[in-house]
Amino acid sequence: MSLELFLTVALNGLTVSALYFIVAIGFSLIFGLMRSVNMAHGTLFLVGAYAGVAVFYPLYDDGNAYAWIIALAAGISASAILGVVLQIVFLGWMQGQELRQTLVTIGISIIVADQLLAIFGGLSQQFYAPDILFGSVPVPFVQGGQYSTFRLFQVVVAIGVGFGLWLILQRTKLGIVVRAGVDDRAMLAAQGVNVPLISVVIFAIGAALAGLAGVIGGTAQPFGQEKDIEFLLTSLVVVIVGGMGSLPGTALGALLVGMAEQFGQSLFPAYSVMLTLLIMVAVLAFRPHGLLGRKLS
Amino acid sequence: MSDAASTSTTEVVGRSFALSSLITSAVLIALVTLPAVLPEFWTVNIFVRAMIFGIVALSLTFLAHYGGFISLAQMVPAGVAGYTIAVTVPDAIPANGFQLPYGPAVALALVLSTVAGLTIGAVAVRTREIYLLMITLAIAVSFYFFVQANVEFLNGYEGIRNVMGPDILSVPLRTPAIFYHAVLAVSVALYALVIYVSRAPLGLVLQGIRDNPRRISALGFNVALHRIVAFGLAGFIAGVGGVLLTFYNIGISPGTVSTHATISILIIAVIGGLGHPIGAFIGAFIFTIFDTFAADIYDRDRFNTLIGAVFLTIVVASPDGIIGLIKRGNALLARDRSPVSRSQTSIAP
Repeated sequence: MSLELFLTVALNGLTVSALYFIVAIGFSLIFGLMRSVNMAHGTLFLVGAYAGVAVFYPLYDDGNAYAWIIALAAGISASAILGVVLQIVFLGWMQGQELRQTLVTIGISIIVADQLLAIFGGLSQQFYAPDILFGSVPVPFVQGGQYSTFRLFQVVVAIGVGFGLWLILQRTKLGIVVRAGVDDRAMLAAQGVNVPLISVVIFAIGAALAGLAGVIGGTAQPFGQEKDIEFLLTSLVVVIVGGMGSLPGTALGALLVGMAEQFGQSLFPAYSVMLTLLIMVAVLAFRPHGLLGRKLS
Repeated sequence: MSDAASTSTTEVVGRSFALSSLITSAVLIALVTLPAVLPEFWTVNIFVRAMIFGIVALSLTFLAHYGGFISLAQMVPAGVAGYTIAVTVPDAIPANGFQLPYGPAVALALVLSTVAGLTIGAVAVRTREIYLLMITLAIAVSFYFFVQANVEFLNGYEGIRNVMGPDILSVPLRTPAIFYHAVLAVSVALYALVIYVSRAPLGLVLQGIRDNPRRISALGFNVALHRIVAFGLAGFIAGVGGVLLTFYNIGISPGTVSTHATISILIIAVIGGLGHPIGAFIGAFIFTIFDTFAADIYDRDRFNTLIGAVFLTIVVASPDGIIGLIKRGNALLARDRSPVSRSQTSIAP
């Protein structure tokens, strides 16, 4: 493997990891506070992407320069709204019944995926990046000396999301409450904090991030049916490897999974999935709670 | 408890045991005579398919009820068994280098599916509940991607076809009546096996681990080993289902082990109810009915919405499935009838 190829693959790995981080951090946040595995997280990704597409094309066809921004807002809102509905209508009142919550989210993801197929059809769709992010920029030492602007932008967004969440968790009242809730939910409620309301807020943030990832991911590469399962699986592996509910853990997990996937695909394309699985198995064998996770009570 | 109460409790238990064995024999006789009464479409397209899915779901119900592990990877040992058959038997297309007659091929398939089950158990051994669910889902999806990507042996996306199945006493297995009775016999045998194991030491230890792993460990049992063995047995059961499924479909393709199929097995087990092994077959029957008649009920292409709604309704309304509904119905009836059986139902889980 030449240096140029190596750097290109590494850059691909980094940009893919960035997207995985944005998807998985929402999943991890929701799990951390509510201990509920949201199997509909991939569905929230897809809902964000399709909601974005629904508003994007009419605006884009009229030649509006801000079409992508509107699509981004639409995708984020649609996912956040669906997440809030999910939490209020189904998951909130079964708090503590983890398996039941998991099954409910599986049921919802089946129905929503099928309805999306009915509405939008089975063809792949893609957003056009806004002009400022379109095309490529010169990057030294990579193949062809050029790299996609949007995929670099993806990294910037991921860093922004990570830093923003870190600020919220470490520096705001909401963050203090959330961190306390991760440790001891019952004691937090005893202190007079409205835990169900906090749960809805966190679910909305997590779902909004999935929607954000939907539009970002749908701009970087085409999306369609089965992407919900793909991104659910990625989120699962990332948080299992990195550690549930941990922000740095999710970043590390996303980086490992993204790099493994890209290097796997360039070295032995047919079996790159197995590499991801092997990483997960190895982590589980030595650290069942993930690399940076800790044992949750 | 007074003497009178305890005698009548024994009587009630004895009567319900006699009743349940009566029901079991009646159902068995009905199932055996079914091909004489029903058209082939029903026996082959509904009952055989339901029983095969029921077998795979049975492996999940076994793990869930007696061990407390919800594994989403049960389609993996089934797929391992199915692909082993497809790769080894001579009539398969595309043909391959190492060929075996059907007998040894089936044996090899079941050994490998048991090994697959043990491997899944070993990978997941330190995890519980939702972690276990996530890890097994990840294993299932990875397996799906793997068989799809493997062109060299498994013929990638297209899979392997023309696996006609063996001859039984020089009659092809594919003869509808033969196939129906063979699948029925295998289903009954596996169901009996699960019931037997649940009362054997292995099953008792598993139920102990489910309820309190620490105490079982303190009693000197190797918890991890028992869990892995349970997964091995579940792998064997799922493997039998995989072999039959490959014969039923005259071949195997990645679609058989897709995420969709994995989730379908979960839906089947949950709809029927994880509280008793029979739930797997009840769930499979309901699933197959919906699958077959979705076009008449709602919309041909919207089967997923339909079955998803059924699944969601059951999970929201009765987390223990149809079995749970029946149990609660019985408890309600019993409560009206006698005060003794009320105390009994309140003890039952």
